Amino acid sequence: MDLETASSVIESVLFVADEPLTVERLTELFDGELDKKTIVEIMERISESYDGRPIQLIEVANGYKLCTKPEYGEWIKKFFREERKRTLSQAALETLAIIAYRQPITTPEIEEIRGVDVSGVLKNLLEKNLVKIMGRKDVIGRPMVYGTTQRFLEHFGLKSLSDMPSLEEFQQVLELDT
Amino acid sequence: MNYQVKLEIFEGPLDFLLNLIKEQEIDIYDIPIAQITHQYLEYLDLMRELNLDIAGEFLVMASTLIHIKSRLLLPPPLEEVEGEEEGIDPREELVQRLLEYNKFTDAAEGLRERESVFMNVYGRETSPDYEGLEEDVYLEVSLFDLLSAFKKVLEKVEERGGEIIIADELTVTDRINQILETLKEDTATPFADLFEGASGRMEVIVTFLALLELIRLRMVQVRQGAEFGSIWIFLRGV
Repeated sequence: MDLETASSVIESVLFVADEPLTVERLTELFDGELDKKTIVEIMERISESYDGRPIQLIEVANGYKLCTKPEYGEWIKKFFREERKRTLSQAALETLAIIAYRQPITTPEIEEIRGVDVSGVLKNLLEKNLVKIMGRKDVIGRPMVYGTTQRFLEHFGLKSLSDMPSLEEFQQVLELDT
Repeated sequence: MNYQVKLEIFEGPLDFLLNLIKEQEIDIYDIPIAQITHQYLEYLDLMRELNLDIAGEFLVMASTLIHIKSRLLLPPPLEEVEGEEEGIDPREELVQRLLEYNKFTDAAEGLRERESVFMNVYGRETSPDYEGLEEDVYLEVSLFDLLSAFKKVLEKVEERGGEIIIADELTVTDRINQILETLKEDTATPFADLFEGASGRMEVIVTFLALLELIRLRMVQVRQGAEFGSIWIFLRGV
């Protein structure tokens, strides 16, 4: 298959895909005819072709996704007649941050850091599919341990967990403050 | 009168303490425990007076603070003096918890910033989105600011002195309606104006409870023009 055709196929698939498209999924699609490196190069070229257009190709949740640019968000919001904010509460964000950096983590461990009960917030995050149960910890009582999901990465536009700044950076900021 | 208003704007005792420390630019490694404990208990009293539902965690922290304070007053146990190492600062554990918690509030802030960008980025979705799963109360003024402002009003009333006993006790419901009436005329009013002409401590408290209830019902919005500026109450768009 020539690269031109491959590029068109990939762009078409990107157009219809409703979740981030991974390079692995695409190598499967082409029955291994294209290697990962070629696919990444094609992605880069597709991405560049959207320069100056309202659409962008973003890297999120370990894959690629076609999205609108943020400057048109207000219009799309209006189009969908969205009333409610899609943003999370402070409690949800703090709990998510703790889970993201410390996963797999149990409920008491989260509560130890936040100093408050988190069962309600956790239930909410589970319902929203931003966190998931990863299994059970091998200690007395076998408590459940939680971790973040793909949906979490998508919500915050993160490529992967390693895309998050290291916690130590935050530590430094506080020490400079005081 | 037994109103229970539950506010979750302070995320807990740690958040509360961090706020105190930041607001007063206290060195986190040298916390004046006596001063902080005093302020902490003062706010707890205020919350109790308002019949706010004080979560157990707040009380646990109060006892922790008092415990640290008492340990600071006592001479260190003999073994520690004889030992080579210096006695451990009784504040150490609390400081570590605050620092740890602070890292995550900063991380949460980072996530919030990302979220504010990505909530405007739309792609194809299959699952019906987050719609209707969470009701967020947006307070552009923190509860801390609000309580501080309220405290000032209370102090002023006390200075004036003399409690006038009102025959027909003003209920929170009445006050809610009055506030709404005022807001319908002007759409916004300064926080302090709500308490103007209040005839005593009870009326001030009733007014504050009415305001909290309106915030909870998402009927009004509280905003501050500038940092440390005066607080304004806005009617939410119908």
